[in-house]
Amino acid sequence: MSGRDPIPYAPEQPGAQPPNDYPAYKSTINRHPLRAPIRVPHTLTEVTGPSFTRRWHGKNLADLTLQHKGEPLGERIVIAGRVLDEDGRPVPDTLVELWQANAAGRYAHERDRHDAPLDRNFTGFGQVVTDKQGGWRFVSIKPGHYPWRNTHNAWRAQHLHFSIFGPAFATRIVTQMYFPGDPLLATDPIYHSIPDATARERLVAAYDPTLSEPEWALGFRWDIVLRGRAATPAEG
Amino acid sequence: MKLPVTGSQTVGPFYHYALDRPEWSDLTRHGARGEKIRIEGRILDGERKPCIDAFLEVWQANAAGRYAHPEDRQNKKPDPKFIGFGRVFTDAKGRYAFTTVRPGPVPGRGNAMQAPHIAVNLFGRGLLKHLATRIYFPDCAEANEADPVLGLIDDPKQRATLVAQPAKPTRLGRAILPTFRFDVILQGEGETAFLEI
Ligand SMILES: [Fe+2]
Repeated sequence: MSGRDPIPYAPEQPGAQPPNDYPAYKSTINRHPLRAPIRVPHTLTEVTGPSFTRRWHGKNLADLTLQHKGEPLGERIVIAGRVLDEDGRPVPDTLVELWQANAAGRYAHERDRHDAPLDRNFTGFGQVVTDKQGGWRFVSIKPGHYPWRNTHNAWRAQHLHFSIFGPAFATRIVTQMYFPGDPLLATDPIYHSIPDATARERLVAAYDPTLSEPEWALGFRWDIVLRGRAATPAEG
Repeated sequence: MKLPVTGSQTVGPFYHYALDRPEWSDLTRHGARGEKIRIEGRILDGERKPCIDAFLEVWQANAAGRYAHPEDRQNKKPDPKFIGFGRVFTDAKGRYAFTTVRPGPVPGRGNAMQAPHIAVNLFGRGLLKHLATRIYFPDCAEANEADPVLGLIDDPKQRATLVAQPAKPTRLGRAILPTFRFDVILQGEGETAFLEI
């Protein structure tokens, strides 16, 4: 190994990531690879990744309730947290994208046929770049539950979709955030695809009254943890 | 004490209105230096049905072989007009296409050189975690032969799935772009080699 070799990102923690072969989520059946992936030692390709300035990603959209003429229907929420790496270091200047269904459980998507009303005052898309402490914050409305055709009479737990880049191609992650106390978490197969119970429960935000805005919106806290380096870079 | 890393969850089927920025399918849009090329292909499932709800994210070095990232400290010319990142969605027939510049070669580990390549993360309904792969170029046979990542794949048929195929050049306005075809087969016969990174 040459001294100039990049320091790799740490391997996956056991049980923290879902398998792609997971028949309880029916769409995986025809889409999961049968062969084991080829393990690639990290090169410059994997330890680098896109950085987003305003020019590259467009403007911040931190408040999803202000994107239209009127106010969206639903329960107003504040969701905030930090993006950290597994060593607890903040991940600043990284793009966080959020998308979700409206309060009735319907996406502003042409292929969503759920018989629930669209809300002309709600698109359900936000994006922000993390601050120096890795912090981010969105204002939105609580998404509704929605049915899906996975099994007979199946309904998804309420969730927000999140996309986070991190500093490298190897740190990229797309995930979903859930709400505490949702009874559908007991059976939601996508949520349960994460094998380790502690890792799974990390996808559930915490109700946090310090984030609530008085007379206005209910607060939830959720931290996102990305892969860190396999070894700490030598100082100097 | 390590913090537990956040688990991945599928993007689901309904994200286009949020994530699709059509301009991101042209990595040259700000005037990147280098040979402009087009990559196109299809994403197919285990029954060879088109995946109409999938997208690719691509990451590559600039024409000189340098990444737009602070950890790339090579003594090569940066290109401030090239971020090296794109995102492109499949259409109703499972097809995607993007325009970029041909990447230069970048170093591997030790003294190895990597053949020119584009790193790919693939997302879609039915993928609980995204899949990583790479696109190599068919007209770089010698460099591909020496590439340390391709060299990790023993089965020549599987290795060949990472090398794009020459395709009919694309006419874009007055320009004619060299075009390469890279199909992704998620499962079964001809399955694309996926990488654990
Ligand atoms: Fe969803």
